[in-house]
Amino acid sequence: MKGWMGRFRALFLLSGLTLLLSGCGKPYLSALQPKGEGSEMLFNLMLLSIGIMIFVFLVVIIIYTYVVLKFRQKKGQEDYIPKQTEGSHLLETVWTVIPIILLLILAVPTVQYTFALSDTTPDEEVEDDALWIEVTAQQYWWHFNYKDLNIQTSQELYIPTDQRVYLELTSLDVIHSFWIPTISGKMDTNPIENKNQMWIHAYEEDVYWGKCAELCGPSHSLMDFKVVAVSPGEFEQWVEDMQNVNPDAEPETVAAQEGRELFQENSCAACHAVGSSPVAVGPNLTSFGDRTTVAGVLEYDKESIVNWLMDPEKYKPGNQMTKKYPELDEEEAEKIADYLMSLKPSDIGPDDAEDGDYIKAQKDEDNNDENTSENNNEENTEDQQ
Amino acid sequence: MSTHAAEKRSFGAVLWDYLTTVDHKKIAVLYLIGGGFFFVLGGLEAMLIRIQLISPDNEFISAQFYNEVMTMHGTTMIFLAAMPLLFALMNAVVPLQIGARDVAFPFINALGFWLFAFGGILLNLSWFLGGAPDAGWTAYAPLSILSPHHGIDFYAVGLQISGFGTLMAGINFLVTIINMRAPGMTYMRMPLFTWTTFVASVLILFAFPPLTVGLFEMIFDRLFGANFFKPEMGGNVIIWEHLFWIFGHPEVYILVLPAFGIFSEIIPTFSKKRLFGYSSMVFATVLIAFLGFMVWAHHMFTVGLGPIANSIFAVATMAIAVPTGIKIFNWLLTMWGGNIRITTPMLYALGFIPSFTVGGMTGVMLAAAAADLQYHDSYFVVAHFHYVIVGGVVLGVLAGLTYWWPRMFGTMLDEKLGKWTFWIFFIGFHLTFFIQHFLGLMGMPRRYWKFLPNQGLDLGNLISTIGAVLMAVGAVMFVWNIIKTTVKGEKVSHDPWDGRTLEWAVPSPTPEYNFKQTPLVRGLDPLWVEKMEGNGKMIPAEPLGDIHMPNSSFLPFMMSLGLFIAGIGVIYQVDHKAWWIVAAIGFIITFGTMFLRSIKDDLGYHIHKEDLEDEGAGVK
Amino acid sequence: MTHDEMLRSDNLPHEPEKATLEGKNKFLGFWFFLGGETVLFASLFGTYLALKNSFGSEEGVPTTELFGLELVFIMTVLLLTSSLTSVYAMYHMKNHDFKKMQLWLGVTVLLGAAFLGCEIYEFYHYVHHYEHTFTAHAFGSAFYTLVGFHGAHVVFGLSWILTLMIRNARRGLNLYNAPKFYVASLYWHFIDVVWVFIFTVVYLMGKVA
Repeated sequence: MKGWMGRFRALFLLSGLTLLLSGCGKPYLSALQPKGEGSEMLFNLMLLSIGIMIFVFLVVIIIYTYVVLKFRQKKGQEDYIPKQTEGSHLLETVWTVIPIILLLILAVPTVQYTFALSDTTPDEEVEDDALWIEVTAQQYWWHFNYKDLNIQTSQELYIPTDQRVYLELTSLDVIHSFWIPTISGKMDTNPIENKNQMWIHAYEEDVYWGKCAELCGPSHSLMDFKVVAVSPGEFEQWVEDMQNVNPDAEPETVAAQEGRELFQENSCAACHAVGSSPVAVGPNLTSFGDRTTVAGVLEYDKESIVNWLMDPEKYKPGNQMTKKYPELDEEEAEKIADYLMSLKPSDIGPDDAEDGDYIKAQKDEDNNDENTSENNNEENTEDQQ
Repeated sequence: MSTHAAEKRSFGAVLWDYLTTVDHKKIAVLYLIGGGFFFVLGGLEAMLIRIQLISPDNEFISAQFYNEVMTMHGTTMIFLAAMPLLFALMNAVVPLQIGARDVAFPFINALGFWLFAFGGILLNLSWFLGGAPDAGWTAYAPLSILSPHHGIDFYAVGLQISGFGTLMAGINFLVTIINMRAPGMTYMRMPLFTWTTFVASVLILFAFPPLTVGLFEMIFDRLFGANFFKPEMGGNVIIWEHLFWIFGHPEVYILVLPAFGIFSEIIPTFSKKRLFGYSSMVFATVLIAFLGFMVWAHHMFTVGLGPIANSIFAVATMAIAVPTGIKIFNWLLTMWGGNIRITTPMLYALGFIPSFTVGGMTGVMLAAAAADLQYHDSYFVVAHFHYVIVGGVVLGVLAGLTYWWPRMFGTMLDEKLGKWTFWIFFIGFHLTFFIQHFLGLMGMPRRYWKFLPNQGLDLGNLISTIGAVLMAVGAVMFVWNIIKTTVKGEKVSHDPWDGRTLEWAVPSPTPEYNFKQTPLVRGLDPLWVEKMEGNGKMIPAEPLGDIHMPNSSFLPFMMSLGLFIAGIGVIYQVDHKAWWIVAAIGFIITFGTMFLRSIKDDLGYHIHKEDLEDEGAGVK
Repeated sequence: MTHDEMLRSDNLPHEPEKATLEGKNKFLGFWFFLGGETVLFASLFGTYLALKNSFGSEEGVPTTELFGLELVFIMTVLLLTSSLTSVYAMYHMKNHDFKKMQLWLGVTVLLGAAFLGCEIYEFYHYVHHYEHTFTAHAFGSAFYTLVGFHGAHVVFGLSWILTLMIRNARRGLNLYNAPKFYVASLYWHFIDVVWVFIFTVVYLMGKVA
């Protein structure tokens, strides 16, 4: 998909625009610092359009400045009556034809990319292994169902960095929009039957922020999620761990054990599943201990969890959890927090995405040992750059 | 009627005069007051938004209230401020520009205003009756359908009522421009403001009905148990998006084309040159309008319409850049070789050109369907449409008001204060919105009640808020200028700018019949033609005769009031059936006055030739 | 033109409806209005086609079983004929024959009322025999909104023509009311044209699909 757009970008690198733009924002959130296949394509297209537009703008501004400076009324010329020009066919043709050409230059890659980005048929070789994830949006959280893997998560989406991951998006209430600026463009989640598909592909390991981009209620601005992009080997291990979760495992500390009982007693379990159960009234809490944030936006620590449990309305107005459970006192909330923080079924967590260790996938190793390890090293160094 | 007599009239008499007027010049004043009021209101809402977003994780206003403010800011500015302010200018200027004594439908013109006014009041009553609409000005279903309080009902019913008014205003202008032109005023001699009014009216005529249907469906869903937008009952929420944007996109051109028209009047006047490429300007206007109807789905690139639809709409949207570009270059070439006087209106025009160019550029960027997946519903879009609406429409309205103020009120806004106003507003505008392009690409979606710390969005939002404060200062200065000028009351001549078009040919204050004798138009810029021929004034096309005038009427007010009352009844009948009585009373008032209008002859009256001769003697 | 000239019913010009500026304005303005109405109905048709036979999780009777063409055919004939009779009325207006114009307008109103009666019966039938109601499912909402909007137009058109007939019964045709009659008859034609589309798109295509 790169081709001449790639060369164009190289040209731009010289002019420094890319550098300038990629200084904008945070690397885990900004669309100007692409970290994935989709966002990189889009960034190239943006650069092309910005380039054309800056050219047009400069032409306008140069004429404009000249005109305003040159033809401004001078002292003593108040009564001067200029020639009443009717128009000029030549000029008018010029400024009709040139924009058309410029737009055609922009239209070709636009159409190309529009088709490329909406093509959700996996390549034939990998069709059976393609990773399909069902994304379900609800006020104000995200649920991820790894279709063939029997894994459910909420709020944090784990993906491997070596492949396109295919998503099927839907909503259980109003329209939301799924957006990970650094990895890909957005796609709306329409209610019920009307399902959309897209693919995402992160090039680099990291924890990326995802946003809801369609107004969905009071806490629209707080409907964040994370994408934990890990190396293929780490992803494999995560899958294995998640598939072997024992939701009934006894927590280690006494407080957490009590918390688990409170969790059952206060009807938390009616909405929140632990394990791969498809119950999805509230977010799945299987790997809550590995979350990077509480409720998508609060700093991840015990205090935040306790605060949230005591009064979710304060932190996410209009959320569906408020008043759905008996009131908790602080002690109870702390115990539940202990329990929740103990839920770490996998050794793979956000740290593995952030540390930059690239672990190759098992299947690749089996197939082609030497080749991949070389590739690995390459990619590894790339990551660290 | 002399000014002396006007001053002596009691307040009650003036009020009654305005409540019953069918005179397009007075209706213009009404639109100006109404639109101006809502503009200030929408501005206050904008300030609340910017204060909330001044710093990360701010708790200045609650999330629910923020959504209401944000929704009402958009709705108010588009429907209740920008359009009425443009209607004010159209009513004040268009009949004069074509040499007409009146509009085609004076009664309907008044009805259009009152429907707008009552619709706007109804919409804003929601603030006091349980909360304003909270689903954005686009009111996407099912968020709007699920909204628990009555806000959205006020939105749907209020916009429905004011929408009827807009439709009527549109038809009135269409027929006025087609049927009421003075002899010699051919289509290709019409001033650009008249042309753009004409084209905008065509857009109104064809764009508002889809909104009407969408709003009806929303009302039926929310208040009468219908299922248009309820997926579990077989409904489809995307229908609303289509209907809304089939209206919504042309709406942008309904707003911006008249603004183009205003600048196409101002630039030639203050360059002392005729408009460069007049016919291509007309052609570009029509083409923009035509294309404007086939690009609505570019607001829906992320909905999942598929790559084919997205590509078609992307390319169609890009095509609009061509006629828009033609316009920009024609304006530049109009100034080229001219004798440019930098007055306040001209200053606005000069500010408009680069600002709107930026808005147009980002428009083309947004049109690239794939790239829009990043821009869509982010602050990039917010920046884009504010560059178009503020940089195009608001600057246009402010320019137009300054330019035609002497025509409308016989006084001249303070030039020095006007220039200061421009600079403060202009700098504030760019400060507010330019940075928002970057905020959007840095990952800030639009309609965000708060943004979090550590996301690199703090500085940009702070700058934006500072800019908004400057814009507010600018707006206050403009209002201050109006007050100051009105209090001073210093009359100026009927042609203070050395105008080129017919509206500057009538005496000031404009007589109620506009032209004592219909003028003969002998070319583009008719007054300029006569000035160059050394006449300095228009040649009459007819001998002095009796002038037919329409009667004032209180019925437009009553019809609109009836719908207002009925609207309240319909909104509340879901809570208690007794409200149907209120609705019935409202409908009886409306249909009763319509019936009355139908059966009662209204033939108008005549100003007799002899009186006209006397008056002429008195004025000169 | 003085008031007397406007209101006298003798010595009318050939096309009294377009003889005055007010008449011309009304004529043109009304055409524009009908242009807007066309878009209105186009939007309603669009919605209907999108929601046709869409029941969601509810039970519903599909169009193929719901519609009976016999009654709808009679309704079509009634309305088409009424359009023709209103043409007769306008023909007589142009010949300044007020009595005959009133007569044919009267026939038009009767045919329109008969159409309306059939439509009310039709809706009653759907509701009571098929539980096909406005609130039952999206298809019901879309159907009643489209056909109901048309029905409301018929009601309005009938009241309008009746009002004009009664108001002017005693004074006859003049330059002031001729455009009103003409415009009302235009409205009636428009209603008829919309019905032709409803008949085709809703009923015929509903029966076939």
